[in-house]
Amino acid sequence: MTPRHVQLDGEGRLRHFITTEGLSRQILTEILDTAENFATVGSQKIKKVPLLRGNTIVNLFFEPSTRTRTTFELAAKRLSADVLNLNINTSSASKGESLLDMLRNLEAMGSDMFVVRHNQSGAAQFIAEHVAPHISIINAGDGSHAHPTQAMLDMFTIRRHKPDFTRLRVAIIGDIMHSRVARSQIHALNILGVPEIRVVGPQTLIPQHAAHLGVHIHHSLETGLKDVDVVMMLRLQRERMEGALLPSAEEYFARFGLTQAKLALAAPDAIVMHPGPINRGVEIDSSVADGAQSVILEQVTNGIAVRMAVMSLVLGRGPRSEEAAP
Amino acid sequence: MKILIKNGRLIDPAVQTDRIADLHIADGRIIAQDQAPDGFSPDQVLDASGLHVIPGLIDLSARLREPGQEYKGTIASETRAAAAAGITTLCMPPDTDPIIDTPAVAEQIIRQAHDAGFARVIPLGALTLGLAGEQLAEMALLRDQGQCGAISNACQPINSAHVMRSAMEYAASCRMTVFLHADVPDLSHRGVVHEGVVSTRLGLRGIPEAAETVSVARELMLIEQTGVRAHFCHLSSAHSVRLIARAIADGLPISMGVTAHHLHLTEMDIGFFDSQCHILPPLRTQRDRDGLRQGLANGEIAIISSDHQPHDADAKLAPFGETEPGISGLETLLPLSLRMVDDGLLSLPALLAKLTCEPARILGRSDIGSLQPGSRADICLYDPEQPWTVDPSRFVSQGHNTPFAGWELKGRVTHTLLDGRQVFGPQP
Repeated sequence: MTPRHVQLDGEGRLRHFITTEGLSRQILTEILDTAENFATVGSQKIKKVPLLRGNTIVNLFFEPSTRTRTTFELAAKRLSADVLNLNINTSSASKGESLLDMLRNLEAMGSDMFVVRHNQSGAAQFIAEHVAPHISIINAGDGSHAHPTQAMLDMFTIRRHKPDFTRLRVAIIGDIMHSRVARSQIHALNILGVPEIRVVGPQTLIPQHAAHLGVHIHHSLETGLKDVDVVMMLRLQRERMEGALLPSAEEYFARFGLTQAKLALAAPDAIVMHPGPINRGVEIDSSVADGAQSVILEQVTNGIAVRMAVMSLVLGRGPRSEEAAP
Repeated sequence: MKILIKNGRLIDPAVQTDRIADLHIADGRIIAQDQAPDGFSPDQVLDASGLHVIPGLIDLSARLREPGQEYKGTIASETRAAAAAGITTLCMPPDTDPIIDTPAVAEQIIRQAHDAGFARVIPLGALTLGLAGEQLAEMALLRDQGQCGAISNACQPINSAHVMRSAMEYAASCRMTVFLHADVPDLSHRGVVHEGVVSTRLGLRGIPEAAETVSVARELMLIEQTGVRAHFCHLSSAHSVRLIARAIADGLPISMGVTAHHLHLTEMDIGFFDSQCHILPPLRTQRDRDGLRQGLANGEIAIISSDHQPHDADAKLAPFGETEPGISGLETLLPLSLRMVDDGLLSLPALLAKLTCEPARILGRSDIGSLQPGSRADICLYDPEQPWTVDPSRFVSQGHNTPFAGWELKGRVTHTLLDGRQVFGPQP
């Protein structure tokens, strides 16, 4: 039996957003529905709603990131929150003690939410367990563990094109082993009722026990793509091609690169997704990335609405006094 | 000082006795069971009614953190914890700072342990200089001058098979036992948990089973060639146990051990990144845990150790991968081990053998680990029935790091004697 996760409050609502694992379909759907309401804000002339006016949100990034941080910042600003960006060099803050000390200092500045990115799996969970009870944590990526807002913006994008999750075949292609995005996607897809989730890649990039996550494993792109409705590509880090995991970028592209010819094996109306940044010619061919079936840029746009939804749900749960201590 | 321990249930696995009897102690030795020798008049009488009276426990692996990491523990603080846990002899791996690769360091440790007076500390000498895996350490001097009970490279690898072979050959010629930590660092690759379901779920770097089994396989071949006596410390996988058991059956002069915590926990106990379960070798699957228990039950696994690693609080206060591995294990060693009897795996004397006479045999010590007349009066008395709840804040050890907080256990130590002197328990 697993104890209740720290991300839920006494009434089962999100008080932090650490992982998609273990959440209910109801919570995920609430995030998607809320995001749907926010999606129009970005196309208005005045792109702001006053929901989080007076709240202070700190982007606490221990790992360099421009895109994710920017979308979180935009999301917070569109909700009228005050935003503070802190980029922390992990070499000066790699010990737990200084991490906790840093949290205490930020707490003392009257923050309401930390958006955390860290290179260690479990970092967001650790911070949530040790932060003052009035502060909420949003995980913006921890090691290889989770990147739940990315997964939710992916779910949002899928739902806009394929409203019924329970009729979908989804393939996730690439470096599953090191991907926090893949883990969060797999949990979210399972929770939302997707009947067939495939992970596709060479054995060296797929954990031996991946099946326990509720996926089917394919080592061939051809069988993995057959008749799928959604193709989710993952980014292949450069360093994976230099060690013992893969022979070369060329061989990887030959076997697992998404080309128009390979994509033709999927359902005719399949959509192609990628969390970015794209390695053109390594995991995906430019003609596919920029092609008619690609929804990659939509994902970026949707990221803002989904992050607004998560921030407003987590911070807008009503009276704080009901909360249990962490 | 003469002591009479009366009416206790004497369990001496060395000679397979288990009966209610009196025990007579004089001048630091056990002098008789049952009838007092002529003219024996005790200075102190311990009424052991309802208690078990067993040889003081012998723990083949415990970090005391001194010298080098006194902020985590000292020889005095950790031997005091040992006394409170009924442990009278502790083997200390050589990875201190400075490393136990010269007799002077070993002598200093023994002197400090002696001054503290709570437990006998047997240093394990380094197998290679600086544990660097390149040049042999002065094994014979470590034994003869430093009183090292065995040699070991602690958890540091000896990557070169040539160096390992030479070290084993040299140790064999000195008639010393080598303690081995089975790990191929190239395969464990900075991993922090078992490579399996939990590493997959949490995105933590995994340590494959092969990191242990590949090392076991290489060392077995080298042991066979060199004839050295060897002991595999704290195994984590059922597969390793099978490999070693087969080699024992083939007649190799080897033994193996397991920690008390590996008999209870699995990777699942990590839950959501519980750093108290950051342990090396890692907690593996339920099948591995069952395999370790099976090996214990059928006698293949000779000993249980605490693999005590006390930490300061900050060592466990970080994201999982940045925390330090290990548990403060002295004070849960006996009660966690006794649960194996409650679980029906083996008899009480068979279990106690793995904490007393078996480790004594591996160390080649005939003066400890038994209650027979002539043995050192290292004795542990415990209450087999009284349940207690593990509360780390009440640990005697300076390290409060344990995944067993809140567990209800039985087997509370009431008195500990070291060389016929009471080192734990209510003062008379």
